[in-house]
Amino acid sequence: MSDARLSVLKTYKLYVGGKFPRSESGRVYEVTDSKQNWLANAPLSSRKDARDAVVAARKAFGGWSGATAYNRGQVLYRIAEMLEGRRDQYLAEVADAEGLSKAKAAAQVDAAIDRWVWYAGWTDKIAQVVGGGNPVAGPFFNLSSPEPTGVVAVLAPQKSSFLGLVSVVAPVVATGNTAVVIASERSPLPALSLGEVLATSDLPGGVVNILSGRTAEIAAPLAAHQDVNAIDLAGADEALAKELEIAAADNLKRVLRPQPVDEADWSATPGTERMTAFLETKTVWHPTGALGASGSSY
Amino acid sequence: MAPAPAPASTPDPAATRAATPAPAPAFDYAPAPESRAVVDIAPSYGLFIDGEFTEAADGKVFKTVSPSTEEVLSEVAEAGEADVDRAVKAARRAFEKWSALPGAERAKYLFRIARIIQERSRELAVLETLDNGKPIRETRDADLPLVAAHFFYYAGWADKLDHAGYGPDPRPLGVAGQVIPWNFPLLMLAWKIAPALATGNTVVLKPAETTPLSALFFADICRRAGLPKGVVNIVTGDGRAGAALTAHPDVNKVAFTGSTAVGKQIARTVAGTRKKLTLELGGKGANIVFDDAPIDQAVEGIVNGIFFNQGQVCCAGSRLLVQESVHDELLDSLKRRLTTLRLGDPLDKNTDIGAINSAEQLARITALADQGEAEGAERWSPVCELPENGYWFAPTLFTNVTQAHTIARDEIFGPVLSVLTFRTPDEAVAKANNTPYGLSAGIWTEKGSRILAVANKLRAGVIWSNTFNKFDPTSPFGGYKESGFGREGGRHGLEAYLDV
Repeated sequence: MSDARLSVLKTYKLYVGGKFPRSESGRVYEVTDSKQNWLANAPLSSRKDARDAVVAARKAFGGWSGATAYNRGQVLYRIAEMLEGRRDQYLAEVADAEGLSKAKAAAQVDAAIDRWVWYAGWTDKIAQVVGGGNPVAGPFFNLSSPEPTGVVAVLAPQKSSFLGLVSVVAPVVATGNTAVVIASERSPLPALSLGEVLATSDLPGGVVNILSGRTAEIAAPLAAHQDVNAIDLAGADEALAKELEIAAADNLKRVLRPQPVDEADWSATPGTERMTAFLETKTVWHPTGALGASGSSY
Repeated sequence: MAPAPAPASTPDPAATRAATPAPAPAFDYAPAPESRAVVDIAPSYGLFIDGEFTEAADGKVFKTVSPSTEEVLSEVAEAGEADVDRAVKAARRAFEKWSALPGAERAKYLFRIARIIQERSRELAVLETLDNGKPIRETRDADLPLVAAHFFYYAGWADKLDHAGYGPDPRPLGVAGQVIPWNFPLLMLAWKIAPALATGNTVVLKPAETTPLSALFFADICRRAGLPKGVVNIVTGDGRAGAALTAHPDVNKVAFTGSTAVGKQIARTVAGTRKKLTLELGGKGANIVFDDAPIDQAVEGIVNGIFFNQGQVCCAGSRLLVQESVHDELLDSLKRRLTTLRLGDPLDKNTDIGAINSAEQLARITALADQGEAEGAERWSPVCELPENGYWFAPTLFTNVTQAHTIARDEIFGPVLSVLTFRTPDEAVAKANNTPYGLSAGIWTEKGSRILAVANKLRAGVIWSNTFNKFDPTSPFGGYKESGFGREGGRHGLEAYLDV
């Protein structure tokens, strides 16, 4: 190779509130590929970084949950477009991170892009599928609608560094929640790079916040945080999942326990469960009045 | 603008009536008691396990009293861990056959149960009023019709689960451990048992310690309906039996309705297991009255919202948020209305306000109301004679309440209304949402777009607009935030009992 030119390495940074800060702690840890070759230094996020991310996610919740479902779909589709344009970058990062051949890494990245498209199409359909009118026995209009739960802490899968990540983040934000995501501890680089795509996809800052570091260290303050409404434990092992679920009970967070799929294959088309896990059902009643009650027909 | 004359100088009797004892009515109501003869309460009851009534393993019993008279109604077996284990085993044994039964057959059992409840509804209404203390008007016209309707509704789902939106042939979870409160004993039982059985689960249910009787009568109804042994098991007892049930390793599903504190404890108990959990917990519902609301209707809604079932309702409208400009007018009307409420014998058909369910609950309400006074809120009750025996608390409202007051933050679970004010819709929404709870809310305004805008911003599971405290088996019920998770009622209510 005629590489007289020295390549420019990327400094990987967190993605919080639409910005790319380093960890406030100033800490980093070494990220290696599957053969233990050094790839980069990633931020080793602190409890304070986790709390800052929650503040950013809460701040973004009103706007994002209040956006039209159509608009959220447009933004999610835009994310797929941006990823498609940087496909080669993610292919290389996923191949390094997971020790995959180029072909296998490409399959992961393609599936991840398609997953954004899949969820982009869900934003304005989920309410019709899980909500609806209820035929109550009385003169009342009665409508149940799904609403986002709020701020969701997401422990991304540990092995599937990109497809797994997208598979847990996209359903959370598709419905209007905002997310604080903990990237795969061993392979955080594809997740940190995702922030660069999100920042250029019209996704409002703070809707998705991405932290790297020790999963257990960052997850503990999130599970106990009073302003976090739900937690997805996909990336937690059994012992950590139990510990976090106990902490989450303190303000009755909605808890999505680790599923058997976590260590397996994320390529299958998902169901709606990852969306409904972070939706609340609101039911509104209103009297209908009693036109025609006197027996006249129209 | 000239200042309004001080009330003291106003001769208008309507303005002074609210603050002074109501004049004795020209005519009083004659007593109109519902007959107790329709219900035959045995001196003692056992646990209902595997289709039989049995004593507790250690022979322990406890008494259940009528809250309106403190009369002992019956003696009931007190389940211990061994009894709970026996009930779970019976439910486990029954599960295989029950879940394999064609849905249409399960449906017919539930239809039978619904019909028998309808047939025996007056008896059950009287029983519930005796054991709980709530007025017969409510048990007869609200609790019992809803109980039967709930079984009828879920009966119809049993053979249609493929169409419920949870995929083809959704599977039951197994044994459901269910713990219910004392405020709507039989209705809460229906909310728990009907969807569980329709989806093919078997159940062990623990009724509240102070209201065990209607669940035991329900056990008899299950026998009459020919329900296979072990499909429904009833274990009476206190919190220890409930804890044993939710912690039992062979329970697949835990459903709890009750206090937020206990709900959190249960959430910790099931952490790290595969048990599916739904919780329906406390609330501090805001009832928001805008200045264009129809005042008379709003007053009826406020009264219904906080005095229905003596305010012992998780979705009660316990915080009244009134737009400042109509505060005085609304409060005058409300106070006038409260003077017409009739408190007394729950079995009397003209009674509006019955007894508080237990001495313990009465003490809690009393303490919180006293605290409201101590913290500077202004207390008011209509003149109201309380019976000598039993547990009673006069309808009470507090004005000059701020969001910092304990009575504006803590769930009182009694006939106590805290009145706060607001100026703009944004302020109303901010105050309504300023609580860790999120179960219910009310909106009173004639402006349709305002209803929709405010309903959209309220973080609560049930929003009643220009009405309050309406329930229906087709309508999902449940909370946001610390009011719990999962829904009961409607298609949504099936999910809690399906492996999805």
